[in-house]
Amino acid sequence: MSKNNTIFIGENKSFRERNRRSGGYLLKRRAGQVTISIVRALLMFGLCFMIIQPLVTRFSVSLMAAEDLYDSTIRLLPRNVTLDNYRIVAELTSMPASMINTAWISLVMSLCQVVSTTLVAYGFARYEFPLKRFWFACVVLLIIIPPQTIQTALFMSFTHFDIFGIIKATTGSDINLRSSLIPYTLMCLTCMGLKDGLYIYMLRQYFRSVPVSLEEAAYVDGCGTIHTFVKIMLPDAVPTIASCFLFSFVWQWTDLFYTRNFISGYKIYSRELSNITSIMSKYFARNATENITVPLGRQMQLIGIGVFVCCVPLIILYAFTQKTFVQSLTMTGSKE
Amino acid sequence: MKNKTRRNHWYEGITEAVKMYIPGNNTYRTIQARRARIGTRFILPLIIGFLVFMVRPLIISLQMSMSQVNVGQGTMTPFNVSLDILGTRMVLPFGNYNYAFVSDPDFTKLLVSEIGRMAINTIATLVMSFVIAVILNQDFKGRTFCRVIFFLPVILSSGVLPGIESQNAYFNLMTSISDAVNESSGVNLSQALQNLLSVSGVARDVFDVIFQMIDAIYDIVMASGIQIIVFLTGLQSISPSLYEAADVEGCSAWESFWKITFPMVSPLLLVNCIYTIIDFFMKNDNTVMEHINQVMYGTQMDFGAASAESWIYFGVALLFIGISTFIITRAVKSYE
Repeated sequence: MSKNNTIFIGENKSFRERNRRSGGYLLKRRAGQVTISIVRALLMFGLCFMIIQPLVTRFSVSLMAAEDLYDSTIRLLPRNVTLDNYRIVAELTSMPASMINTAWISLVMSLCQVVSTTLVAYGFARYEFPLKRFWFACVVLLIIIPPQTIQTALFMSFTHFDIFGIIKATTGSDINLRSSLIPYTLMCLTCMGLKDGLYIYMLRQYFRSVPVSLEEAAYVDGCGTIHTFVKIMLPDAVPTIASCFLFSFVWQWTDLFYTRNFISGYKIYSRELSNITSIMSKYFARNATENITVPLGRQMQLIGIGVFVCCVPLIILYAFTQKTFVQSLTMTGSKE
Repeated sequence: MKNKTRRNHWYEGITEAVKMYIPGNNTYRTIQARRARIGTRFILPLIIGFLVFMVRPLIISLQMSMSQVNVGQGTMTPFNVSLDILGTRMVLPFGNYNYAFVSDPDFTKLLVSEIGRMAINTIATLVMSFVIAVILNQDFKGRTFCRVIFFLPVILSSGVLPGIESQNAYFNLMTSISDAVNESSGVNLSQALQNLLSVSGVARDVFDVIFQMIDAIYDIVMASGIQIIVFLTGLQSISPSLYEAADVEGCSAWESFWKITFPMVSPLLLVNCIYTIIDFFMKNDNTVMEHINQVMYGTQMDFGAASAESWIYFGVALLFIGISTFIITRAVKSYE
């Protein structure tokens, strides 16, 4: 059974012969391996199928004409293929505008988040300063506190925005910032955006893994703090930062919470999607006073299309960048 | 570069900070103080953000939860309620909390059911993601593909997407109809098995919990993208020589799994557990969250009650994080 023995028996001997010599061990082992791999393949296939299946169903249902929905002989393949549903959903969610808004707002916000979190993470990873543990506990709190706890307060303070009463004193009334992008941009720039605590954690973990001697060498050669950070640390950190950027972009894209509370002035796809049911009944009504209920199947179909349309850009993005997504986590995932 | 000093009193950090940030003493001019100032500059965004967008709103929202809020004018008046505490009648500003627990017809019911769901889902997610990570760590064909698929839920179940279909009241109706159809036609294997096992009378409650998990398997897989990656990272960081040594000593695969793999990965159990709980509490399809949003933006526009309810919710979340941390640290320590 040892390695030497196997070589002695030789590769050219038949499996049966080798099995006989090993006293039945070889067959047992082989049977075990095959069973395990079959079970594993089944399990993996089942779970993968479960993840993919809703997308496939949504896609095929999205192509069905209204009469196909209620035809019980049709399950997956539409009989009357139509793209009309997409047109309807696009109108329901004020499509081109909302999609473009979502894209550029997500981009700007995640850039802001990445810049601020990178700086903070670097500060935490490399410098000793008083109250460091306290501030880091705050980062952990950021991860733990549900933003819903403070949503009412933020909502109020942005609706009636004022800096120590100065604005009210000069112009006579406070300003409503809630419809503009300013509050959320400020929040992202100060690490209070969506899941920023997590990004700080990930980036800090990465920066800690870089040897200090790199920076020391730079200091000896006369680099300043910022120069060292930009020239020495940043280039190596690009993959991790990129993955943080991707995460924040994707989560921003689908986010409803911050969008609903702080960016109410813009048409954002996720918010339009969450309102789709109520818009639908207005859309299908012939006039303003009529109140109709859209048939259930039809409703589900249109919502499904909405979700599908929301997913597609993200899946395409993921397909191209999945290495960055997973790799960075493998590098930084080993949390204490 | 790093010199950690043990502090005798908690306030020494603050005195140190004062010395380091304010010129005019000897500490100010040391290299440590200089580096501390640079480090503080790096994390300045976080400090500002935390104070302005976290501490202040937290205080306001706590205040709000104890008062009646007028959204239009942005004013608050204390919402007092007289309560019997230990036989003495006291007037306390807990009107909204009283409302949440006593008057709100849905809140407590939803909270309890959501906690139960969370406990089951957390355990199931941890087990599931660990099993999947172990499988994905093995060498088989299509491993990369499976990894890509299993990470997809991170994108597909974020933000607005998971809740959107179940939020639709009709959807629930439809699923209940389809359940009924399945039940009557007897095709539903899980249901049949469940009935069989319930009839046989073996630990009925246990089976109920297990079947609840099985029914929720889609949700569980969709919620375990990050956890799988974290476990996978832990598994990959185990040095293969450990397994080799165990193999030489005559360990079976089963033994080396429990003696090597599990103890090495168990510290990540805590991280994943906390992540799962937080994720669950902040999910968009969470019924308590929906209810709070309903109270906040619905016909009531009752910001006071909404913030009281979100504080209760946060308290519960913290409690559960605390309990699980306690249990897991105990359990993990016993392995060391």
